[in-house]
Amino acid sequence: MLPPNMKHFLFLATSLAVTVLPTANLHAKVWTAPLDQIAKVGPEGAGNAEAAEAWAELTGQGSEIIIPVLEAMESAGPLARNWMRSAVETVFEKDLAASADLPTDALKIFLLDRNNEPNARRLAFDLYHRVTPNEADAIVPGFIDDPSPGLRREAVARLIDEGQNLLNQERKEESITTLTSALEAAREVDQIDEIAKLLREKLDQKVDLPRQFGFLMYWDLIAPFDNTDRGGFDLAYPPEESIDLNGSYPGKEGKEISWQAHSTSDDYGMVDFNKPFSPLKQVVGYAYTEFNSIKARSAQLRLGCKNAWKIWLNGELVFGRDEYHRGIRIDQYILPVHLDEGKNTLLVKACQNEQEQDWTVQWQFQLRVTDETGTAILSTDRKPTPDATEPARRRGE
Amino acid sequence: MKITHLILCALLLSITAKADWLNFRGPSASGYNPDATGTPSELSDATLAWKVSLPGRGLGSAIIVGDKVFVTAASGPDQKQLHVLCFGAADGSPIWERRFWATGRTMSHKKTCVAAPTPASDGERVYAFYSSNDVVCLDLKGNLMWLRGLTLDYPNASNSLGMSSSPLVVGNTLVVQVENDSESFAAGLDKISGINKWKLDRPKAANWTSPTTLNINGEEIVALQSSKGVLGVLPDTGSRIFNFEGGAATIPSSASAGDSLYIPSGGLTAITVKTDGSETVKHWNESAQRPGTPSPLVINDKVFIINNAGVLNCANRQTGERLWRIRLERSDKSATPTGSFSGSPVAGAEGFIYLFSEAGVGLVVDVSGDEGEIVSEIELGETILSTASLDNGAVYIRSDRHLWKFGK
Repeated sequence: MLPPNMKHFLFLATSLAVTVLPTANLHAKVWTAPLDQIAKVGPEGAGNAEAAEAWAELTGQGSEIIIPVLEAMESAGPLARNWMRSAVETVFEKDLAASADLPTDALKIFLLDRNNEPNARRLAFDLYHRVTPNEADAIVPGFIDDPSPGLRREAVARLIDEGQNLLNQERKEESITTLTSALEAAREVDQIDEIAKLLREKLDQKVDLPRQFGFLMYWDLIAPFDNTDRGGFDLAYPPEESIDLNGSYPGKEGKEISWQAHSTSDDYGMVDFNKPFSPLKQVVGYAYTEFNSIKARSAQLRLGCKNAWKIWLNGELVFGRDEYHRGIRIDQYILPVHLDEGKNTLLVKACQNEQEQDWTVQWQFQLRVTDETGTAILSTDRKPTPDATEPARRRGE
Repeated sequence: MKITHLILCALLLSITAKADWLNFRGPSASGYNPDATGTPSELSDATLAWKVSLPGRGLGSAIIVGDKVFVTAASGPDQKQLHVLCFGAADGSPIWERRFWATGRTMSHKKTCVAAPTPASDGERVYAFYSSNDVVCLDLKGNLMWLRGLTLDYPNASNSLGMSSSPLVVGNTLVVQVENDSESFAAGLDKISGINKWKLDRPKAANWTSPTTLNINGEEIVALQSSKGVLGVLPDTGSRIFNFEGGAATIPSSASAGDSLYIPSGGLTAITVKTDGSETVKHWNESAQRPGTPSPLVINDKVFIINNAGVLNCANRQTGERLWRIRLERSDKSATPTGSFSGSPVAGAEGFIYLFSEAGVGLVVDVSGDEGEIVSEIELGETILSTASLDNGAVYIRSDRHLWKFGK
């Protein structure tokens, strides 16, 4: 038999549990349902009306929704992530303006957890920085090997500044060490370029940019097929059916053409059809190479091309675009793919059109393989970057 | 009683005397707002109301909705951070800012940028559009209403040089032109939900022009310009009303006045759409009146163009006959030259045209007389690629880094 005090205690404890537990459940659902709704936004505006209601519900809450929403970005598509980002920032600004408590410690924990979604982590850092800029600045160096490109960039920028300062002080060896570390860590094109320029031009260092970027330098090329009136883009010439590097085919105007080895020594992996085939108009060329992956994995093909192009991986068309001469840049097109373990085949089709202006001469492309952070994935049998003086070699040679 | 009546009338007049500038080039997207009164005749430190900083890059014009000014920008290494900013029109105080990640491609020529299109408004919402083909709808308080990633939906809808067509709200439809060499289209989006009301395949050619509207028989018709000409459609359904097939420029947009359209085509071509909407009537074509980058401007019975040589031409709207022309140059030859113009001329009720050159020189041209006269010049010290916006008593202009308000 329980003593009266214990009975009273148990009664109170039970009452409290009955009151608190459902409330705790209800509190947990405050952001769950709206987040589920936002995650459902789909193509062509599907789910927008419901998402707007859910967004209003979320932003009517306080900063307790910030971390759950950041976490929800992990499994969200790009549109849903934008809805979530906007909700987080709206609530943050509201509470900041009201001098309400903000989850500063939780933001720090979230952003330092490398398993969290990279954009969400960067957003968390920005918010953390708004509240405690000095503490946020103090953790930047730790991002030097971070999987989030947005965070890593900050740390690389610091190293570049440091390296530049050492150079200005004529502490060259230290500058080389610092900038070399920066280069190893850098993933963004503008930073890589900046570092390479300093190392090469100011410190007389060699920099293997193609390797740094992961450009594919060895190809077999075949051209020209016909592209009169831009019709070649849609025509499936023999390389699109099968690859026989010893084969010959009727090309433009019936002339027999065959594959030829080609390598590029260009810093940015530019494969220039004009070099072996001379500047031509209204033609199609193909480039073939093989890429050995150490394991099956997701990756990105990052292409730059100002001609109309198509690209196949392992015989499957990945994407194509029929735009001519609107510009070229590194990572112009980022194509998510899946690499097989071992050998992967890559075929690029580049079409030259009829334009005669001097800025339409180029018939070329550049291609690199990276992971989603922009880190180069190198073929297991990658050959050294060709020297400019070497003759063209087939990839197996 | 009489005094009360007078006070009520005065209040009513002040309430109704709004001159919102809701989209690129204001009313009918044509650059002229006869309701914008009191705009300054002078651009100077004395008339500068305020100047605020902007993030990243942007060349879309500001829009003015009531007492708020909205502008877009894009920042970050690849301009992947999209911004929508709201300022108080009276003092430039920041009211809110919303940011988004671009979901489409952000590559563009270095002269232009991702925040090139001007946002649009229906008076209750703001619609921001970017070269990445992201569309963001917010209410005037910054609450998110809807999002679209048009490149997510249509993966080849992009232009490696960048896109700049500005959106336009017509009735209940947000009209967007996403015209390029590959997956080229124009669409009418439901302004409340962002869902497609219609989508038209368009010529596969890069196109940086923006839609305008004509008033035909009391109905607003959207004019979609491309290298092929101008297609007129009903805003609600995208149904074809007229088709002018004489070709047109892909950079300067048309200007409308009532049921007439002044198209950068073979120089400048004036058409009217017949009252039943079935045909267009070409009134005149002047090959010598060839707009450069800036779009033409119609003010009452005159049409103005700025050619590539930096000359402002004024022509009779009915005949195309040139009335006068002036070179847009500094009075002080030792001052920063005016240079070329990317932004288009705009005008309010006072008879002043406002334009800003790439070199950052702002000009006020008085066109109320028989000849145009430059009455004010200012150097802003920054590259200006944008078109000015007007409100009662005010002129707004932006660069990448700043937004200025001149006037009251």
